[in-house]
Amino acid sequence: MRKHSVKSAAIVGATLLVVAACGSNKNEGGTAGGSCDTSKGTLTVGVVAPLSGNLSALGLGIKQSAELAVDEANKKCTVKGYKLNVSAQDDEANPAKGAQAATKLSTDPNVVGVVGTLNSSVAQTVQPILKEKKIPQVSPANTNPTLTRGNDFLTAPKRQFDNYFRVCTTDDLQGPYAGNYLVEKAGKKKIAIITDGKTYGEGLAAELSKQVAKKGGTIVGSEKVGEKDTDFSGVISKIKALAPEAVYYGGEYPVAGPLSKQMASAGLNVPLMGGDGIFDGKYIELGGKEGDLATSVGAPTESLATAKAFVDAYKAKFGKEDYAAYGAFSYDAANAIIGALAKTVDGAAWDESKRDSMLTNVGSYSGSGATGEVKFDQYGDSTNKVLTVYQVTSGKWKDVQTGEFTG
Amino acid sequence: MSVLLQQLANGVMQGALIALIALGYTMVYGIIQLINFAHGEVFMVASYGGLATFTLLPDDLKKSPAVALPLMFVGGIVVAVVVAVIMERFAYRPLRNAPRLAPLITALGVSVFLQEAVRVFYPNAKSNLPYPNVFPEGNLSLGPVNISWTGVLLVVLSVGLAVILQTYINRSRMGRAMRATAQDPDTAKLMGVNPDRVIVLTFILGAVLAGVAGILYGGFLGNINIDMGFQNGIFAFTAAVLGGVGSIRGAVIGAFIIGLIKTLAGQYMPGGTQYDYVWIFVVLILVLVFRPQGLFGEPERVRA
Repeated sequence: MRKHSVKSAAIVGATLLVVAACGSNKNEGGTAGGSCDTSKGTLTVGVVAPLSGNLSALGLGIKQSAELAVDEANKKCTVKGYKLNVSAQDDEANPAKGAQAATKLSTDPNVVGVVGTLNSSVAQTVQPILKEKKIPQVSPANTNPTLTRGNDFLTAPKRQFDNYFRVCTTDDLQGPYAGNYLVEKAGKKKIAIITDGKTYGEGLAAELSKQVAKKGGTIVGSEKVGEKDTDFSGVISKIKALAPEAVYYGGEYPVAGPLSKQMASAGLNVPLMGGDGIFDGKYIELGGKEGDLATSVGAPTESLATAKAFVDAYKAKFGKEDYAAYGAFSYDAANAIIGALAKTVDGAAWDESKRDSMLTNVGSYSGSGATGEVKFDQYGDSTNKVLTVYQVTSGKWKDVQTGEFTG
Repeated sequence: MSVLLQQLANGVMQGALIALIALGYTMVYGIIQLINFAHGEVFMVASYGGLATFTLLPDDLKKSPAVALPLMFVGGIVVAVVVAVIMERFAYRPLRNAPRLAPLITALGVSVFLQEAVRVFYPNAKSNLPYPNVFPEGNLSLGPVNISWTGVLLVVLSVGLAVILQTYINRSRMGRAMRATAQDPDTAKLMGVNPDRVIVLTFILGAVLAGVAGILYGGFLGNINIDMGFQNGIFAFTAAVLGGVGSIRGAVIGAFIIGLIKTLAGQYMPGGTQYDYVWIFVVLILVLVFRPQGLFGEPERVRA
């Protein structure tokens, strides 16, 4: 018996060691800055994004792009006296995991800001935790308008979290922009809606519906699917009977891709449209078909002159162009944090009493980034409101229209 | 009307898939009274096994479905059987005479273990993986109803294999040994039946069926992920309970009932597809309240 407990204690101990080793591995990222003065130590830019699970393609793009920004700052000695590193935490696209990740980062006095999250639903749990410690959070990808302006974002906007900013535009513009495209450009008057019931998809689809009705189109039906569902035959048969000319899906590509494929094989041959959540190469791999549409935030990364330097540097560092939909935004988000930090520290030493001025400096940050001008308005939203419509053409997303929503 | 027919067809296809998995639950329960919660994961690894087989094929074979598809079935089934046999030998056999809660908890552990093992060791298994297009394309159109050929194959194989299984258990020598072990393991042993062999065979049969289901699932839906075993396993387990755990016929009929409730409730009940799972479990609760042994469960008589 005694031997037994010694043995199991050893196993527990070994397991803990392995876990600890895994934990510390995650903190790599950002290589040493060549000849900069780093005598004051290391400060950390946190990243909260899904690094595993279905949305990991997007999450890894966010993480690596933030690492690139930190790397460049280290090389250029942007923050005097300090070396920067990235601590990337996996939220698995799960709000509860996101809260754990945020708590872990917020207890570290050296974390100066957080890039993330990907999902609006995760942002809802992360925001208050970081606010408690006055840690600025800059999201490259949250598009739900309530995160910055509250539930009455159109009629009575009210700033929700003074530590929360985002560099992408919001669904109250993205949804209507997609609605205009569907009704006016593509000539689809009868639209069926499918959502996954999460914050992002619901909000986006609601905004789209309003605009479609305003432009003279009809929403013929709306259905929900579970995030883990895989067989959509029931939903598709139901929608098919309503004879829609297009289906709008509020959600992300792991469901949208197979959904589009199953629509086609059930004989419902109409385009599926979605928001930035389905704008990824993986969507096509999982069954997204020719003619399907997506809106995404910003202008196409490849086409922006300001983005070229980012794309080149990313390729040089990681060897692949897998920055995904939010890479350029994440790079800009990290740079906003780094820029504000440089201004806050400015040769002095970092301590937690500087968090207030850090927040002010992020709010007043202005720079020219990979996605264009990076600036925040009084709610923490980006002043960059550009959106792009993409279409699947010969197995690839191709941009068909870029602009701002004008009503 | 055409919507109703299409939804019925959808329900039958979903039921056929669940039935293939449910048979594994019900057989193992019939023999050793263990709810093998890891059975859903056997189905999942079979799917990945089939995908791996396809990936390893030389390029010219990949292009000919007539060769690739049978090889994928073989690959998937072999993986499923190996996993099931190892699982039985090392996780359940040592606990054969332990209190019943012990193997049950072990089954949950094996389930998590298999899921995480695939996630960690299978390349790119962290997100959905597309399944190769080696299945017959197109649809069978019966008037307004469209059924994909993969769906037809699924229903035919599911019902066919269930009938073969039932016959095997009722007619063959080994089947008689299985029934004997189910009724009374000790007396069966006295009659010269080797319970270890019978139990391993039961796991193997369940794994073969789950293997077939795993490959068809990939072809039917076009992509697979590591959660598929858990979710479909829950449905299959529910089907087995609904039909009466231990009964072959009950598991198959329970599975079809679940498939049909899911699609029909999604179409016609208030709340639509958002609440289709709710109705499945409402029916399960009602059945268990009024007939705790399930629709076809005959706890004191023939099991397996």
